[in-house]
Amino acid sequence: MKKKNNILKKLANKAYEFGFVSKIKTEIIESGLNEDIIRLISKKKNEPEWLLEFRLTAYRHWLTLQMPTWAHLNIPPIDYQAISYYADPLKKNKENSNKEIDPELMKTFEKLGIPLEERLALSGTAVDAVMDSVSVKTTFKEELKEKGIIFCSMSEAVQEYPDLVRKYLGSVVNYRDNFFAALNTAVFSDGSFVYIPKGVRCPMELSTYFRINAANTGQFERTLIVADDNSYVSYLEGCTAPMRDENQLHAAIVEIIVNDNAEVKYSTVQNWYPGDAEGKGGVYNFVTKRGDCRGRNSKLSWTQVETGSAITWKYPSCVLRGDNSQGEFYSVALTNNYQQADTGTKMIHLGKNTRSTIISKGISAGKSQNSYRGLVRVSKNADGARNYSQCDSLLLGNECGAHTFPYMDIHNNSAVIEHEATTSKISEEQLFYCNQRGIGTEEAIGLIVNGYAKEVLNKLPMEFAIEAQKLLSVSLEGAVG
Amino acid sequence: MENLLEIKNLHATIDGKEILKGINLTIKAGEVHAIMGPNGSGKSTLSNVLVGHPAYTVTEGEIIYKGKNLLELSPEDRSHEGLFLSFQYPVEIPGVSITNFMRAAINAKREYLGQEPMNATEFLKMMREKRAMVNLDSKLANRSVNEGFSGGEKKRNEIFQMAMLEPTLSILDETDSGLDIDALRIVAEGVNKLKREDTSSIVITHYQRLLDYIKPDIVHILYKGKIVKTAGPELVMELEERGYDWIKNEN
Repeated sequence: MKKKNNILKKLANKAYEFGFVSKIKTEIIESGLNEDIIRLISKKKNEPEWLLEFRLTAYRHWLTLQMPTWAHLNIPPIDYQAISYYADPLKKNKENSNKEIDPELMKTFEKLGIPLEERLALSGTAVDAVMDSVSVKTTFKEELKEKGIIFCSMSEAVQEYPDLVRKYLGSVVNYRDNFFAALNTAVFSDGSFVYIPKGVRCPMELSTYFRINAANTGQFERTLIVADDNSYVSYLEGCTAPMRDENQLHAAIVEIIVNDNAEVKYSTVQNWYPGDAEGKGGVYNFVTKRGDCRGRNSKLSWTQVETGSAITWKYPSCVLRGDNSQGEFYSVALTNNYQQADTGTKMIHLGKNTRSTIISKGISAGKSQNSYRGLVRVSKNADGARNYSQCDSLLLGNECGAHTFPYMDIHNNSAVIEHEATTSKISEEQLFYCNQRGIGTEEAIGLIVNGYAKEVLNKLPMEFAIEAQKLLSVSLEGAVG
Repeated sequence: MENLLEIKNLHATIDGKEILKGINLTIKAGEVHAIMGPNGSGKSTLSNVLVGHPAYTVTEGEIIYKGKNLLELSPEDRSHEGLFLSFQYPVEIPGVSITNFMRAAINAKREYLGQEPMNATEFLKMMREKRAMVNLDSKLANRSVNEGFSGGEKKRNEIFQMAMLEPTLSILDETDSGLDIDALRIVAEGVNKLKREDTSSIVITHYQRLLDYIKPDIVHILYKGKIVKTAGPELVMELEERGYDWIKNEN
């Protein structure tokens, strides 16, 4: 018979389903970061002069910055000169210089469950597929265009809609915002651009799938979503990477602009390679995501399910500028083995009668460290602001850590702020109770974890929710002995 | 009648301390056995060892259940083979509805038996029927397992789960503790309704009152980790009159 307290011992490699490497001829520029590299990236993308200047300004500012150290993370030193900042898996066709898609690339996305041929695609979802530094293909572009919706890669948007890009790029996340924002602004390669015109309800889910494939490269994508007056869009983001012993850097910026009466739902299922059971390898994920609810009655919801990356540093935020605007943040962050996550949100109440909701569910297993960090700020003029925050932590085993850092900065007496926090643990007795009823330990943990995360999972679009449920169970495989 | 369960010279420890010191017990199909005894005599240890609680270690002896070596089976497989424990202190499982919980349990058992998962309609029908059998409020069935339940509700939920899983051998561990007389009657009635010719029960209790409702065929007294007396139902009355002191004095 097993010894007491043996059920919940961590260990064992969890099954990472997307860890394969695709053999694709990829053009990778030499590693290193300097002004010449930035000029080279800009030239490869045939960018206008203003954009190059935009990059160089950010780069020069970045040189003056240090990596932030305030997060509850143990980040090994990163050699920014050892990384290649541009990897292009599209091969050039010699005859007409058009880039064409390697069939291997199509196969990769198919294997990831993201078929890029429209006839095979999931019904009701348009996809922009990004591998390494380049957007490979965007589906249903034409259908969307008929409604005036722009959904394309950032590179294409720079060429086709330069005025829109210039107007909004960097308007929510300034390059001076933080270290990684400056870095991204200097070297960003691709990403998605979405524009929903006035009065249009986007008829399908838009999604971007990010895949890192090439070794020793970083992915620095940039997503820009503009929802004009009275429009609506639901946007999904998924990410995976191969299993490699070396760490890979991912530093993205997502900017969202929400105008009068518009609503944006942004859902992420992040499944970057988290490293192995000994903590070797995995993606370092430093992301700045922010939405600006500029319009009256505008609404932005962030929903994230985080199971992947070795280190996560990410705070999807809402600036509630318009009167009556609403921000929501629903998050499940799961860490296992040696993973570290410092994630949360910022709700900045500027307009009157603005409301925000924060539901954060942390799950820690193995030797991982999981922190919620959130800021609720109510400015002097934000009369009638309301916030409700709930931060729960669930622990599996005795060697992991859960931490909560809620900051409140309230400058208006009419604000109503509620905060609740709980910490619980899956106990041996709960697992044994399930076992006695015939439910195996791993399934029992899956049941309990999914029950715990239910409130957040319910916010995801249906198909995503099912994927996320499976992912939570798989990510904890091997969390029990 | 065939032997459903045979316990031979069972010794078990927890944290290195020996609690069971040579238990011998045979239960035939259809029988109800009561195990009584003062606090600390090893009653709960015996039930936990039978269902394979990992905190307990069997150091000697064997348990044969349906002709199989029970000690070689995992707790889940013991459950699939028809062993059920109504816990003395049922735990709360927040976020997991009774419906989802029972569905997982039933389908795990069906998988073990090589059967297809039960379809939703059939399952919900079964839930309704069994709920009615033990008077479990439909509102409770939609709540998380045992979360915020009163003592009586928890015990009723145990009997409801027993009804759902249709065990061959059910162990009721101090099912009467913490129940008022009405709750006790409802729980006991549920147990009696579930009784079949081929199913057996072990009723573990400190007092006689539960045995007013669930009539045992055989009564054992457990003391200091051993069964010190076995007799018919009349032993219950004798204990009620004389208490446990005479047992303690004799042993």
